[in-house]
Amino acid sequence: MSDVLLQVRDLSVIYKTDLETVHAVNGISFSLERGKTLGLVGETGAGKTTTALTLMRLLPERIGIVEQGEIEFEGQELLALPENEMREIRGEKIAMIFQDPMTSLNPVLTVGEQIGEALSLHNFSKKSKEEIEARVDEVLTLVGIPAGRKKDYPHQFSGGMKQRVVIAMALACEPDLLIADEPTTALDVTIQAQVLLMMRDLRDRLGTSMIMITHDLGVVAQTCDTVAVMYAGEIIEQGTLLDIFKGERHHPYTTGLFGSIPSLRGHSKRLSPIAGLMPDPTNLPDGCRFWPRCPHCTERCKTEHPGTYVDGTHQVCCHLFTEGGSK
Amino acid sequence: MATEKMQKHETQTAITMKKQSQLKEIWRRYKKNRLAMIGLISMLVLIVLVLAADLIEPYEVCITMNLREKLLPPSAEHLFGTDGYGRDILARCLHGGRVSLFIGFTCSIVSMFFGAIFGMIAGYYGDPLDNIIMRIMDVLSAIPNILLALAIVAALGSSIFNLIMALTISHIPGFARVVRSSVLGITGQEYIEAARAGGTGDARILRKHILPNALGPLIVQTTMSVSSMILAAASMSFLGLGVNPPQPEWGSIISEAREFLRTNPTMILFPGICIILASLSMNLIGDGLRDALDPRLKS
Repeated sequence: MSDVLLQVRDLSVIYKTDLETVHAVNGISFSLERGKTLGLVGETGAGKTTTALTLMRLLPERIGIVEQGEIEFEGQELLALPENEMREIRGEKIAMIFQDPMTSLNPVLTVGEQIGEALSLHNFSKKSKEEIEARVDEVLTLVGIPAGRKKDYPHQFSGGMKQRVVIAMALACEPDLLIADEPTTALDVTIQAQVLLMMRDLRDRLGTSMIMITHDLGVVAQTCDTVAVMYAGEIIEQGTLLDIFKGERHHPYTTGLFGSIPSLRGHSKRLSPIAGLMPDPTNLPDGCRFWPRCPHCTERCKTEHPGTYVDGTHQVCCHLFTEGGSK
Repeated sequence: MATEKMQKHETQTAITMKKQSQLKEIWRRYKKNRLAMIGLISMLVLIVLVLAADLIEPYEVCITMNLREKLLPPSAEHLFGTDGYGRDILARCLHGGRVSLFIGFTCSIVSMFFGAIFGMIAGYYGDPLDNIIMRIMDVLSAIPNILLALAIVAALGSSIFNLIMALTISHIPGFARVVRSSVLGITGQEYIEAARAGGTGDARILRKHILPNALGPLIVQTTMSVSSMILAAASMSFLGLGVNPPQPEWGSIISEAREFLRTNPTMILFPGICIILASLSMNLIGDGLRDALDPRLKS
């Protein structure tokens, strides 16, 4: 079962202004199979959202530039598509759930209008108004909101309900790929669990592939099949959920990430955070991007960019495991 | 099953109630402002009087000369008195008000329309379009409004249509600025990005997502500009560049009354009061609307 839906190869994105060039994403590659979920994990500023926006081709005009790389989606090269064809794909084939439900709904339109918008835009089978309305009712019920509330305005909903509406908007056209950009960050824990459960349920029922962008490893453990850990615009480790959570060998950064989670059963009094800060993306360090913060840093790390250590489905980008620099 | 239906019915009625309360809420907040209500009522009275002008005094009365009755002071027969040609000033004020208010509202609405389009394009698409449009607006607003309108009317000849065009052009920059600044704020919002992620095109985003959000300040600006348009139209007519005699207009009535200022000051008083009343009312309405539409003042 290797039905690949999305294949990203060597993608690099920069933000260029008059003053500086920000290297937001630096040569990342990953693939996603149909019906699977990929977790994109990393600190703030690691390039997760930039990756998502690049997939949607929604980078800010003139400033966000794709330097190199390919994005192959259902056999189509997305980066080469003209804008009007890309618009057909947005919403219809690839949909996105935004981070903050408070601001990602238009305050002057009813939620029904907003959900119906994508439907009427991608209306190839010439559905009538009634059919679209019926579909709006259907998705609202799907995410657990009574269909009767579709005539309400966003401010009449609570945060968790708004996030459900946002999810309903994304799901309305039954996209093949759903990009969820920190869908639960703005919600409190109980609602978070509900929303995650619902998303997992919907994915299983509709067979949608998902890219789950988050910095919450708990969310990853609950929802993802494969995980990619990003640091300073690079994927430094990727593999299946088991590889990352149970595997033996880890990138020091991943180890650090896990060290920063409080454990319910452990007895450690203090958490061990990763010392230091993310490097300045306008001025990335030579060699391995992580060396200034790495406890295992060697002289070689400071000058030479590490290759990839591959063990089955598990890939780690670190000198610790690539003795002799073999790939 | 029955209870389910009942519940459904209940939510349905609740929804219609909420929907109504949107406009009701604005009206409730507007009503609380006493000055704004005075403005609204006096404006409505003016409009009704002006629309009913033909019923009160036929148009002929205000253009037929009657030199035997010239320069009469206000009396029961001629409430506002008569002018230098013996025409009833009340009739002239009523029929002149038609022109003045028509010019005021038409100019505001037309310049709102163009200003909104330019402002939205400038704010949404950003540079270089933004720069081009806004610099043209800067040039337009660097010329004093009246002077610009004067130049246009002088070049094209004086008629109501030319006057409307001239005033409209000179007022577009104000609207474009107001709209652009609110569009700039809205474009950065996540829901615009969300709409784009749903595959919505630029034209539709502008029409359905941005315009309704920018409407509040735009309505206020339009209301306020009606008063300045009425004043500008009166000034233009006063200078003889508006309507052609013998058609009355508030400004031209004052202009004709100028020569009798020392002997018959009441001639200038009544059209003057009309102008003041109309523009003051519009300003009060504008103030009231601004407060009522601003959600931050919700109380």
